[in-house]
Parts: sequence; structure tokens; C-alpha cells
Amino acid sequence: MNSILPWIILLAPAVSAAVITLFTLRWKTVSSSISIAAVLVSFTCSCLIFAHSTIAAAEFTWIAISGIFQVPLGLTLDPLSRTMAVLVSGIGAIIHIYSLGYMRDDEGKSRYFAALSLFMFAMLGIVLANNFVMLFIFWELVGFTSYVLIGHWFYRDAAANAANKAFITTRIGDFGFMIGILTVWMATGSVVFAEVAPRMSGLTNHPTFLTIAALLIFCGAVGKSAQFPLHVWLPDAMEGPTPISALIHAATMVAAGVYMLVRVAFVIQTSQTALVIVAWIGTITAVMAALIATQQNDIKRILAYSTLSQLGYMVMAVGLASNDAAMFHLFTHAFFKALLFLAAGSVIVMLHHEQDIWRMGGLSRKLPITFVTFAVGALALAGCPPFSGFFSKDAILALAYERNTPIFAVALFTAFLTAFYVVRLLVIVFFGKARSDIANESSESPPVMTMPLIVLAVLATVAGFVFFAQNFLTLPVEKEVAIFVPVLAIVALIVGSGLAISLYRNRTHDPIDFEVLRHKFYFDEFYSWLIYWTQELLARVSAFVDRWIIDAGAVGGSSRGTWGIGALLRLIQVGNLQGYVFLFGLGIVAIIYFAVFH
Amino acid sequence: MITLGDYLLVSGILFSIGFAGVMLRRNLIVILMSLELMLNAANLSLVAFSRFRLDPSGLPNYNAQVFVFFIITVAAAEIAVGLAILVALFRARQTTDVKDISSLKF
Repeated sequence: MNSILPWIILLAPAVSAAVITLFTLRWKTVSSSISIAAVLVSFTCSCLIFAHSTIAAAEFTWIAISGIFQVPLGLTLDPLSRTMAVLVSGIGAIIHIYSLGYMRDDEGKSRYFAALSLFMFAMLGIVLANNFVMLFIFWELVGFTSYVLIGHWFYRDAAANAANKAFITTRIGDFGFMIGILTVWMATGSVVFAEVAPRMSGLTNHPTFLTIAALLIFCGAVGKSAQFPLHVWLPDAMEGPTPISALIHAATMVAAGVYMLVRVAFVIQTSQTALVIVAWIGTITAVMAALIATQQNDIKRILAYSTLSQLGYMVMAVGLASNDAAMFHLFTHAFFKALLFLAAGSVIVMLHHEQDIWRMGGLSRKLPITFVTFAVGALALAGCPPFSGFFSKDAILALAYERNTPIFAVALFTAFLTAFYVVRLLVIVFFGKARSDIANESSESPPVMTMPLIVLAVLATVAGFVFFAQNFLTLPVEKEVAIFVPVLAIVALIVGSGLAISLYRNRTHDPIDFEVLRHKFYFDEFYSWLIYWTQELLARVSAFVDRWIIDAGAVGGSSRGTWGIGALLRLIQVGNLQGYVFLFGLGIVAIIYFAVFH
Repeated sequence: MITLGDYLLVSGILFSIGFAGVMLRRNLIVILMSLELMLNAANLSLVAFSRFRLDPSGLPNYNAQVFVFFIITVAAAEIAVGLAILVALFRARQTTDVKDISSLKF
């Protein structure tokens, strides 16, 4: 029944993007209305499909090379994708509405909303795709639209560079992803998830092959979900408008990596080696990003590193073979991270685009709604009961405790660091005295921006409770032994936040100074150096080949060879007619001699 | 009795005189005349061959004689062109001496 309904979820934003780009670029209000209407249509359809689990999507044939390569145009509608579609379109809708306030006076408002619609189309495509080829195409489309959105203020060098960096870095991961898809297709002869899954079990006697295939597919998630070592693009992506940061960081782009891993878990989970590597990559990302976050001074960058850290948790959960825990954290994280970014955006707009936390301070009295909602998000992020983050993080910690003790230790340390940097941020931005005039004169944001904050704050509070979350997800099963884990987590929380409060209360500058952390472990510098030298080396080799082999050898050589032979030959041109005749006669005689007497 | 060998001997002497003239004389007009001498030496030997090598039917081989007509025709054309060049050259350089015509030399 209703088999076209799921396609409407997907196509509404696409139509909106096309209409805005083709017809209404000049009328900003019309453009934003179309875009918001489209995302609301998507959200409504998602909810309808979520409510009626019997709905199936119409399927079309796209590519059919008989017997070799079949790609249908189809949608997966299982509990996972239905939940994710509601989440993505819901958070997307909130961000669309918030953007009305944030981008009120922007020159490129129409372009912004067109790109936003296209982004929703791509992201929903990833969520609903039922085969690897569609998944990959939407995956790349997300990469492209994020490039457009991050570079929205392209006339600023930093934004243009950040957009390039995001696109190129994720593209590196995508390349591995593409090879991974081809590998899986080669091994199983199908790209449709439902067909690949049962065939994977037939490959268990090729463990190395399975590990390689799983890790190649994981490459895509490393790029998109900004895992170590391709995490460098995410903090720079903060150059985009703040709603975009919220969108990319909360339920969509970076979550796409984790969602993809869960979606193709049948590949990843066939290899124990791959699982261990995935888990450790997640763990390293989590702790590294948390360490860097403790020394950043830009409000959005701190949040960006916190996203990295939380994504690390999710990937860790995937690596520990628990999709439920990963999806649970993704679910709660989507709410509190969208909330944090939108609240941070509210602060930034009211402070006239000031992002340095050391120029804020005392904002709890100036922006009370923003403060309360931000605090809810921050506490959820830090994993403070009873906010949502506590439950999902606890689930992952319990899982780690049960399956891999070293990872548990690192994860616990990360929880401590999370509490530390979150409370540091809260204390510096919202308490103490205002450290600049603009912070002193700021006032609360308009309702179009605070309303989404309040909605998200409520969701971020309740999303972790079983009665709410179980409607959307299969919750991970808590074991008896895990009772000891939340206690440790709360201890880490208290120690971390206590330390942060005592260190940062009434400060005007940062009392601790870790150069390594402030420079983000020198990753950017290292990559610049690496690229500089590989490029330099390549350039030198090419220059050598060009200058000495092509120029001097092929081109110069033939010209000099011709010239040299000519120079030799003209020596016998003596200009004496009788001389020529004599030689000519000698030649004739020689020819006759050889012809007749030999 | 005059044999084929006598004709060939005369032809060879004529050719040698012509060749010596081409090699040794400096005047272009004389060189051209010597060239004609060499061509006619060849004609003489061809005609002699034609006359002394009879077909089985007892007739001479006319191919060689036709060949000679062609050579005479071509030689006439050649000498016309050669003399025209010579006149043009003389107008430009006021000389017919080959020693003075060496501007293409390296």
C-alpha cells in the first residue's frame, strides 16, 4: 500500500532545490518558504511511514545488465531507516526554521536554502537507499552539498579553504569506500543490501579478503564521520554558517558514516580483525578530540571537537559489534549536539559574530533562554544524569567494559575530559564578568531562534529515557555487571567538572597552556608538510623528466641531430662544377664495375 | 667490313671526348655542347645495336631506333631549357664561366 509515499520523503527536498535554483533565486522569502515546506513534507511523510510499518516502497529498475550487474532504484524501510528518516528530517526541519532567523539578512539566502534542500535530499537518500550504488551516489552528493554549504561565505578565504578541505578530505575516504563497494560486488555479485547480506556468510573461509573489504568500506565512514586520521576537515568546517555546523554535526553528514556502518554491519561484522581496528580508531578519535577540545578558544571549534569525540564513541560501539549502542548514542547525540550548535549560534549572532570564548562571559543573565538550553545540551554531552547523553554513553561504556578493558579505560578517561571541557566552556561563556563590551550589551535572540532551542532542549532531556527511546530504537541490553560502570562514569563527570570549575572560575585568560593540544597535535602542520613534500618530490621528478628527457632528449635531440648531420653533409658541397662531374663519373664507373664484374 | 665493334669504338671515343669536355672546360656553352656529344655517342651505339642485332624475321630491331628519336627530342628540349638558363645567368652575372658560379657553396 501507498508505495509512492516513501519516495515523497526523498523527492520533496529535491524538487524544492530545483525550483529555488531555477525560478526563485531572486525572491528570498519565497525560496526559504519553499525549502521549509519541502522539509516539513518530508518530515510528515517520515512520521507517517514511521507510524505505519507495513508501508513498502515502490521499486524501479535502474541499471540491468543481465546476470552481471543489477541496480534497482529502491528504498529500504526497516526500523533503522524509518527512525533515521524521522530523525534527519525532524532535526533538518528545526534547523531550516532556525536558519530563517540566523540567515535573515544574508545576501545568498536563496542559494543557502537551495543547498540546504539538496543536502536534505542527499542525506535522506543515504538513509533510505537499499543498495550500495545509490548509497554511494547520495554519499557523494552529501559531500558536494556540504562543500557548497561550508563555503557559503566563499568570499572569505577561510571559508573557501575549509570547503575545499572538507571536500577533498572526505573524498580520500570515499575512494576507499568505492573500492570497498566494488570488492563486495565482486565477491557477492550483488549491490543490494538484502542480497549481499546472506551471501557474505559464504565467504568466511577468506578471512583476509573479508577484513580488507570491511576496512575499505570503513574508509568511507572514516572520511565522512571525520575519524582519525581524516578528522582534520571537521573543525575547519566551522567556517560555514552555524546552522550548517549544527546540521552537519548533529543528525546528518557525520552521522551518515556511523549510520552506514550500522547499515552494512553484515560486512563489517564478518571480520574480527576489522572490528578491532574499527573500535580502536573510534577510541583514538574520541580521546584525541577530547584532549584537543580542552585547549580550544573558539566556541564552535570546541563543539566541533566534542562532535569528533562523540563520533569516536559511536564508531567504538560499532567496532564492539553493538549497533544498538551506536545508534542509541547517535540518536541522543543528534538532539543535544543540534541544540548546542544552535544555542552557540544564538550566542554568536547576539554577539555580532564573536566566537572567541575569552571575549564572552556573564552571558547567563543576558541570554537566559540560550543559557538554559545550552546548559541542558552541555550536561547531556557531558553525560550527566538524567539527561539523554548519560544513558547512551553509559550503554557504550558498559559495552566496552564487557568486551575490551583497555578501550573501556580510554573511554572513561574521555568521559572525564568531556566533562572538563564542557564545564570549562559553560563557566567561561556564561558565568563571571563580561570580558568585552559586546558581551556586556548583548540581549536575547528572537523567538524564531529560541523556539527551536526549547524544542531541542526538551528532546535532549527525554531522548535517553527508555519510555521515549524505545519507540524509535532497539535499545542495547544492560548487563548485571554494568551497575559498576555508571558509578565510575559519574565519578569521572564530577572530577572533570569540579576540576574545570576550580580552574576556570573568574579567569580572564587560560591558566593552563598545552601547546601540543592548542595546535591539535600538529595534524594540520603534518599534513601540510606531507603534501608539500610529496608534491615537491613529484614536481621535481616531473620537471626532471620534462626538462631533460622530453625537452633535451626528444625535442632537442632530434633538432640537434638533424642540424649535426646537415653540418657534416655541407662540407662536401665545394661549389666546383667540374669536381661534381668528376665524382659523378667515378660513381658511375663504380656502379658499372660492381654491376658488370661482380 | 665495318663491324659492330668499330661503331662502339667510335661511340666510346665520342663519349670520352664529351665527358672530358664536361670535366675540363670552364665555359658553360662548351659544356652544353660536350653534353650533346655524349648523348649522340649513346645514340650512335643504340643505332648500331639496332642494325647489327637482327630479329629472327631478318628485320632490324626498331625499338632502339625509336628510342634514339626520343633521346633526340628530349635533348632538344633540354638544350632549349639549358640555353635559356644560360642566357638568364649571363644577364645576371655577365659571365658564363663555371668558376664564378658558386654562390650555393658553403
